[in-house]
Amino acid sequence: MADITLLVNGIKHSLKVKENVTLLQVLRDRLGLTGAKVGCDCGDCGTCTVIVDGEPLLSCIALAVEMEEKAIQTIEGLAQDGQLHPLQQSFHEHGAVQCGFCTPGMIMSAKALLDKNPKPTEYEVRRAISGNSCRCTGYDKPVKAIIAVAESRSHTKGEF
Amino acid sequence: MNEFSILGKPTPRVDGIAKVTGKAEYTADLSVTGMLYGQVLRSPYPHARILSIDTSRAEHLPGVRGVITGKDFNGFRHGFMVHTRDESPLAPDKVRFVGDEVAAVAAIDPDIAQEAVELIRVEYEILPAVFDPEEAMREGAPDIHDHVQRNISTEMHMNFGNVEAAFAQADHIREDRFFSQSVLHGFLESHACIAKYEEPGKFTFWGSKQSPYFPYRNLASAFKVPLSNVRVIQPCVGGGFGGKNDTFALDYCAVLLSQKTGHPVKFVYDIEDVLMAGRRRHPMNIFLKTGVKKDGTLLATECKVIADGGAYTAVGPMTIYLAGTFLTLPYKLPNLKYDALRAYTNKPVSVAQRGHGVPQTRFAADCQLDLIAKDLGLDPVEIRLKNAIEPGHVTVNKFHISSCGLKETINRASNLVNWKERRAEFAKEREQGGRYLRGLGLACNGFMSGARLHGHTACAIIVKIHEDGTVSVLPGATDSGQGAETVLATITAELLGIAVKDVHVSRVDSFLTPVDPGSYGSRVTSTAGPALMIAVGKCKDRLAEVAATILNIQPDKLDFKDRKVYVKESPEKAIPFGKLCRLTYQHGSGQVVIGEGYFGQEVDLPNWDTGEGDVANTYTFGSQVAEVEVDRETGRIKLQRMVVGHDLGKMLNPLIVEGQHDGSIYGGMGQALYEECLNEDGMTLNPSILDYKMPTSLDMPRVMESINVETNDPIGPFGAKESAEGTQVSTVPAIVNAIYDATGIMFTDLPITPEKVLRALEKKEKGGAKDAPAGI
Repeated sequence: MADITLLVNGIKHSLKVKENVTLLQVLRDRLGLTGAKVGCDCGDCGTCTVIVDGEPLLSCIALAVEMEEKAIQTIEGLAQDGQLHPLQQSFHEHGAVQCGFCTPGMIMSAKALLDKNPKPTEYEVRRAISGNSCRCTGYDKPVKAIIAVAESRSHTKGEF
Repeated sequence: MNEFSILGKPTPRVDGIAKVTGKAEYTADLSVTGMLYGQVLRSPYPHARILSIDTSRAEHLPGVRGVITGKDFNGFRHGFMVHTRDESPLAPDKVRFVGDEVAAVAAIDPDIAQEAVELIRVEYEILPAVFDPEEAMREGAPDIHDHVQRNISTEMHMNFGNVEAAFAQADHIREDRFFSQSVLHGFLESHACIAKYEEPGKFTFWGSKQSPYFPYRNLASAFKVPLSNVRVIQPCVGGGFGGKNDTFALDYCAVLLSQKTGHPVKFVYDIEDVLMAGRRRHPMNIFLKTGVKKDGTLLATECKVIADGGAYTAVGPMTIYLAGTFLTLPYKLPNLKYDALRAYTNKPVSVAQRGHGVPQTRFAADCQLDLIAKDLGLDPVEIRLKNAIEPGHVTVNKFHISSCGLKETINRASNLVNWKERRAEFAKEREQGGRYLRGLGLACNGFMSGARLHGHTACAIIVKIHEDGTVSVLPGATDSGQGAETVLATITAELLGIAVKDVHVSRVDSFLTPVDPGSYGSRVTSTAGPALMIAVGKCKDRLAEVAATILNIQPDKLDFKDRKVYVKESPEKAIPFGKLCRLTYQHGSGQVVIGEGYFGQEVDLPNWDTGEGDVANTYTFGSQVAEVEVDRETGRIKLQRMVVGHDLGKMLNPLIVEGQHDGSIYGGMGQALYEECLNEDGMTLNPSILDYKMPTSLDMPRVMESINVETNDPIGPFGAKESAEGTQVSTVPAIVNAIYDATGIMFTDLPITPEKVLRALEKKEKGGAKDAPAGI
C-alpha cells in the first residue's frame, strides 16, 4: 500500500492505495467519480480520458501512485456553479451525444485541445478525438460541437 | 409552415445533460450494499466434452463466497423459439466455442473472483471442431449439437412467382457470389449486470439491456418464479445495436450466485469477453442469380444463403427469414426464390445487428445491380429508378407498401452530388492515370418500421399527469442510446401543449412499466409512439372534460398549447395547464389523471413457413450516394462523402434523425472497409479495440449529409416511420459500388482492405478479366 495525495477537480484527497491500482479505479471506486468509464481498460478506446496537468490522459493505464500532486480534471469538474462548460453545452445542443458512454472522455480530449489550441482546424479537432472510440455518432456532430465552441470563443474572452 | 410547436425542430436529448456531465449511470457505475463481484470461466477450446469440473480450490480461496457450474441450472435451456432452445446459462456437458462459459464465482472483490476462476480445474475431452459453415454441413463433420443433422441450426425456403419461367424470359442473367463477414456490434459499454436475490423467490436485476423484458421472461423461467417476482431495472445503456437483446451467462449467473450467497452480485464483462466471445453479425455467403429485361427491368432473383451461425441458434431463424424476405424491397421484383441454411460452427454466436440480416443480402443485390447496369449499358441511377417501388405496391411476398418516397430519395441524393457530371469528371480524371481513383456509388434500401413478430409484439405506455402540470411517462420501450426517451418526451409535450422539460420519461422498471417486446426492429417511434398517443389522449380527454365545465364549453372546442388550455374560437378564454391539472385533482372528491395505451402491428402474422406476409405495419425507403478515393499505390480507400436520402415519413427531430444516419454510415463504413472478427481454429485473433479497427474520427468522411423525405405515412405517429436501422442497409453497397466505379473492380468479399485492393488492381493491370467480380 502507498500513501498518495491526489488533487482532483481542485479537491485534495489523501488516500492509501495498492501500488497496482489505476487512476481510473481510484476515481471510480474510491472517489465516486464514475464519469470516466471502463471501456477497454487497456488504453485503446478513450472512454476513461481525464486531464492531468493540462494533458489528456488514459486513466485506465495510469497508475494512481504516479499522480501525486498532479492536477487532475474529470468530467465532473467541468461544470461550474451549475453552469455547463461550453463544450458540455455544445455537445448537448449539437446532438453530439447518443448512448453517452464515450461522451465524458471525448469532451475531456476536446477540452485539453482547446485549452492549448483555442482555434484548431477541423483536422486538429479530429486528431484530438481520434483516440476516443464512438459507435453511435460517426463523429460528425461531436466535431461540429467542438468547432462551434472554438468559434464562439473568438467572440467572448474566457477560460475554458 | 410548421403545424407543430416542438416536433420537427432540433430538440436536444432529454438525457443529454446527465450524459455530458458524467452523471448518467450505467450498470457498471452502480453499487448495491453488500455487493459481491462475479467472474466467469470460459472454455479455452472450440469444441470439447466436459468430463469433470473441480471447483474445490476456488471454493477454499479466502474471499470466495460462491462457485457455480452448468449443472446448477438443472437443465434449463433458452432460445428464440421452443424448438431452438439449445443454449444453457453455463455449458453443462460440452463447450462449443472458445469463450463458452463453463463456471462462475462470486467473491468479495474482482481480483479474488479472477483468481478463483483460475483455480477451477476443468477436465476436457477435446473434440474435432469445424469453423466453416459449408464444411460443417458435409457428411462426417463433427456434430456440434446431438440430434442435429449436418449441423443445420435452422433453414428457410421461400418461393414466390416462378423464377424458372422468368429466367426463360430474361434477356440477361447474372450469377454472382458475395461474402459479408463477421462484424461486432461495437458498443463500448461491455455487458454488465447486478442481481439481488431476496427470499422468497424474488429478485431485482439491473442490466445493460436494450430489451430488458427479455431477461424479465428468461430469468423468471430459469428460476421458476412468477414474473411479478422479477424486477428488471434499466440503467443507462451504452449502446446496443442488436447485441444487448439476449440474456447471457452473466445475467443468469448473477441471479443464481446472489441466491446462493445471499448477497447482491455484480458482473462486468471485459471488452475482451465481448470481442472474443460476444455475439456478432451473421457472416453470409450469398449466391445470387438475377434475370432482367434489356431495359433493366428486374424479372427474378434466386438467392442461396449459407449463414455461419456459430455455436448456438439464438435469433438466427429470424435473421435468415429477414435476409430473404427483404429481397423484395426496395425494387419491384416479381419472382423470388430463396434458400438459406444456417449452420452451426465452433465459433461465437451470430445474432441480430443493426439492419438484422437485411444488410447482408442487400449488399449482394445492390452490388449485383450495378454489375447488371454495366452489362446493359445503363446508369446505376436509371436502373434503380426503373425498378423502384412506389406507394401502393404489393410485393410478391405480400408486403403492403403504404407510403414510399424511394424515387424522391434517389433523385435528391443523386442530384445533390451532380451524379452524371461528377461521374463523368471522375472518369476523365481516371483516364489521365493519376495516383488516386475517384468514384461515386449509389445503393438503396427498404426496411421495416416496427417489426411484427410472433407472440407479444405490441408496445405499451403509461402516462401520469401530476397535479402541478408535470408529466411522467412510463414506457416499456428502452433507450439504448438511439434517443427513444427524447422522442417520447417530445411527442408527449407536443400533444399536451407543454414544454419538453415538463415531461419526465422513466427507464424500464418491470415492476412499474408495462411489458414491451424490446428495442429492436425499429419499433420505438413507430410502435411505442402510437401507444403513447393513445395514453396521452386519455389524459387529455380527462383534463378537457374538467376544463370544459370550468370554461362552460364543449371539450372538443378546446386546444392545448403554450402550457395553456384555451377555447379555440376565443383564445383569451384559457386556463394555465398547471392550474387545470390542480383543479382536476381537486374536482369532485379528487381525480387522478393516468392514461395507458398500447399499440401493435395492424397486420396479420406473416406465414413463417413460406415467408409470405407483412413483417411490419409500414416500411421505410432510402438511398445513399458514396464518394470514394482509392490510392493506387497503397490500396487505401478514403470515403470522402456520404449522402443519405431517407423516407422517414415525418421528421420528428432532426438532431436525432441525423445522428442515426451518421451512426449507420459509421457502422456500414466499418463493415465495408475495415472491420472483421478474424478467426483461426476458433480463436478470435483481434480481440481488442485497437486490432479490431473501427473507423476513427480521422477515417470518417468529412461530409455526411442527410436528406429527409416526408411521405406522411398513414399509420406512423404523426406520419413518421423508422429512421434508425434502414440506412445501414444500403451503406455497404453504396461504398462498394463507389469503389467499383473508381476501379472497375467489384469487390465481392468484405471488408475491402488495402491488401485486397492492391492485389485486385495488380491483377487487373496484368490483364485479368475486365470489370470482373474480384472474389479475393
